[in-house]
Amino acid sequence: MIDRHPWLDALAHAVLIVGVLVVAFPVYVAVIASTHGPNDFMSGLIPLLPGSEMLANYRSMLTDGLSSSGAPPLGGMLWNSLVMALCIAFGKIVISILSAYAIVYFRFPFRAVAFWMIFITLMLPVEVRIVPTFKVVADLGLLDSYAGLTIPLIASATATFLFRQFFLTVPDELMEAARIDGAGPLKFFRDILLPLSRTNIAALFVILFIYGWNQYLWPMMITTTSSHYTIVMGIKRMSDVADALPQWNVVMTTVVLAMLPPVIVVVGMQRLFVKGLIETEK
Amino acid sequence: MSAIEIAAVSKVYAGGIRAVSDVSLLIADGEFIVLVGPSGCGKSTLLRMIAGLESISSGTVAIGSRVVNEVDPAARNIAMVFQNYALYPHMSVYDNLAYGLRNRGVPKADIDARVAEAARMLEISPFLDRKPKQLSGGQRQRVAMGRAIVRKPDAFLFDEPLSNLDAKLRVSMRGEIRQLQRRLGVTSVYVTHDQLEAMTLADRIVVLYGGRIEQVGRPLDVYHNPASTFVASFIGSPAMNLADAEVSGGSVAIGEQVMASGVAGIADGKLTVGLRAEDIQPDESGTGVPFAVRYIEELGAQRLVHGSVEGRHLTMALSPDVPLADEIRVMVAADRLHFFENGSGRRMARRGA
Repeated sequence: MIDRHPWLDALAHAVLIVGVLVVAFPVYVAVIASTHGPNDFMSGLIPLLPGSEMLANYRSMLTDGLSSSGAPPLGGMLWNSLVMALCIAFGKIVISILSAYAIVYFRFPFRAVAFWMIFITLMLPVEVRIVPTFKVVADLGLLDSYAGLTIPLIASATATFLFRQFFLTVPDELMEAARIDGAGPLKFFRDILLPLSRTNIAALFVILFIYGWNQYLWPMMITTTSSHYTIVMGIKRMSDVADALPQWNVVMTTVVLAMLPPVIVVVGMQRLFVKGLIETEK
Repeated sequence: MSAIEIAAVSKVYAGGIRAVSDVSLLIADGEFIVLVGPSGCGKSTLLRMIAGLESISSGTVAIGSRVVNEVDPAARNIAMVFQNYALYPHMSVYDNLAYGLRNRGVPKADIDARVAEAARMLEISPFLDRKPKQLSGGQRQRVAMGRAIVRKPDAFLFDEPLSNLDAKLRVSMRGEIRQLQRRLGVTSVYVTHDQLEAMTLADRIVVLYGGRIEQVGRPLDVYHNPASTFVASFIGSPAMNLADAEVSGGSVAIGEQVMASGVAGIADGKLTVGLRAEDIQPDESGTGVPFAVRYIEELGAQRLVHGSVEGRHLTMALSPDVPLADEIRVMVAADRLHFFENGSGRRMARRGA
């Protein structure tokens, strides 16, 4: 039972507004900072009103980069991040949906073992196994390549479980009806399971795209040439300069540009994304 | 269209649980067979073995004289209607009906014609473009039937298809299924736990209990000559009254009260006597057995009077016109009594009758 008092409503709204402000303020600061010239930060105070250097900042970062910090033009880094995020998102979805399909619908020897092996990898995120993984990737000659950037991050226990849980809610009769209708395992997967998983796939894609986009530690380990730098690394390199002040205006320009693709993905897939998270009736 | 021959079929699950034991049954071409029994009696397992969704532990199932033990469900040329409809939720009604045909490589024009015909027969033509979610329960059930019909199968298998419908719709769909099956003449096996559905639909009823066949027969034969106390109590509503009784010299007594006399062909001794509710009649002469009325269920056309004779609970069905009192005198015609062995519960045949 929800009590409806005017002042309770006001309090709830106040809390929500404070929450939004806390989240939105840094974003606002970043956007504002990206519109100023380099000298506006010397005073130690961050300006809170838009400046006049916006176009210049964005143009120079997209075309020239910041050579003093060893940062190439942002276009290339954005592209690298995009490739990596897309490869990770698609790779994870393909592998996890197939393994979940195998675990749920097929009776094979050591099925339980396979299930627990996948489960155990949940306890071993990239950061924990980073040294051995690096060794393997280096021995395979995958340093400084898209393959090296993405493949070690593709296996996903979380996504496998998500699909497994979803498949378990699909009534068995649907599979039996398909069998009687003459659909083999692959046909059942393609014609029935895949279309039913559409919203789940969309929700997962959004989450995994952002996960891939925000990867920082692994790309830093694996890339040594600027042609494979990702945008998140670029931000780090620019803000972390020796013997000089970081150029906050261009750092913030980069930050704003780095935020855009995930925002576009979330906004573009919002409808499916929400459906995938809340839909229960099948 | 073809006969189905089930020979000594058993199903043993991992862990040694016997779901179906040594069931043999010959289903004639075009016959409507209803498998009925309480939950866990093996009726669904038996149906699923015919469909090929469950492997057969021993024995053989033949459809149209072809043994299908190792044949894939799709290749058995059967169609199944599921309790929860099992429609493909993302496909339109048309695609639901057409899916199985497409998988078999039926030409497009042929699919169109078959779907249109089935839709017309089931009156679902206006919904062909809709998704199952947009249909009511009864319409979904029709679509599920349509999916079975378009296949032109050798046999229809129904797995409690009406259980998810409300009572009124169940009655009307029951009638439609029966008419449809008559019209198409397709051999049908229908699983239900509802004895009324079994009685009204079946050419022959198969009563299953504990994985075994208790009795096979036409509905009225099963009703009037139940083979065991289980069948007697399962088929018919209200259930047949069963009471411990003793026969001596042709008279049947429950406790001290002689219910009927002049019973021929039954040896003296203790047994279980069965009385249909409608066979217990008030005795207007006032000399019958005293029946203590406990409570009454009004059904409109008749009333069910629950009471006891000598402490044994009995139910009788009376016309609402019969006047009631706290205690009424009742009688039963001797030829309306059913006798079952104590212990085994098997029906006792009357010698020379």
